[in-house]
Amino acid sequence: MSVTDQDKIRCEEVIAHLLQYLDGEIDGEKRAEIDRHLEHCRGCYSRAEFERLLRRKVAALGDEPAPPALQRRLKALMEEF
Amino acid sequence: MTAPWPGTPGRWEAGAIHARFAPCLAQRPAMTLSSDRAFFSAEIERLAGRLYGTALRLTHNPADAEDLVAETVTKAWAALPKLADRNCFEKWAFRILANTYISNRRRPCEVTAATAAEEDAQGQFSLFDRLHQPFLLWWGNPEQELLNKLLREDIERALAALPDDYRTVVVLVEMQGQSYAEAAEILSVPLGTVRSRLSRARSLLQRALWEHARAAGLLPHAHRREHVRD
Ligand SMILES: [Zn+2]
Repeated sequence: MSVTDQDKIRCEEVIAHLLQYLDGEIDGEKRAEIDRHLEHCRGCYSRAEFERLLRRKVAALGDEPAPPALQRRLKALMEEF
Repeated sequence: MTAPWPGTPGRWEAGAIHARFAPCLAQRPAMTLSSDRAFFSAEIERLAGRLYGTALRLTHNPADAEDLVAETVTKAWAALPKLADRNCFEKWAFRILANTYISNRRRPCEVTAATAAEEDAQGQFSLFDRLHQPFLLWWGNPEQELLNKLLREDIERALAALPDDYRTVVVLVEMQGQSYAEAAEILSVPLGTVRSRLSRARSLLQRALWEHARAAGLLPHAHRREHVRD
């Protein structure tokens, strides 16, 4: 993997904005540029994959089986509506 | 606070927030009560686990989480006539849950300036930077391996340890998929605050996971004796 000086600057820029990119907060031409960079740069791609996987693990914490008592309570609530 | 992106178009301006929500909140044609009820209970049944999970991450307490979900459901039913686009229901319900949690907090527990300053002084912590070994790519992938070894409860503990304001913004953005602008509106803080809280929250979370992995012996050999603040 050969990296020119110009590529290095691009990597720094991609890294600086990676989290916003993954949050869907960057669009248009900038997003397309980062997409293209990730297709060709192994280092940034690995970093993005790592952050994505960690994020998926954090997001999974937001899903828990609703306890039966809560399910009964919601059902009773909605019958009153 | 630095600008989000040099040259970002005006989507960050306050007016843009309302423009974004407008399609969901415009008056919709009247529906019959029974079709409303059927739609509503099907959606709540579908989302119950995620509403409860999110509430549990926010409140840390099963009884409070159940109360929060019940209150959210009551409020959502009352506000349903204002929801124009039913495709927005999910995000809309999560916004109600987050708003309810925030307005119920007995005292807003602000992150102290000292905590923020300390985190900033240490710089952004990146697990990837700690673990990634570019020249060992063909031998394995230590950063992915660590993620595979971390249990759900390890991540849960690290998230729970975050200051309340930081954890809330992680829940809004990473769990609920709210945009920064939506999170800013829900929290009544400027966009720059959402961005800085998220960035500190992620740094703290990754630092906590690193400390845990080191203590639990989950790291590849070379990292075992390395200290975070050396
Ligand atoms: Zn790169």
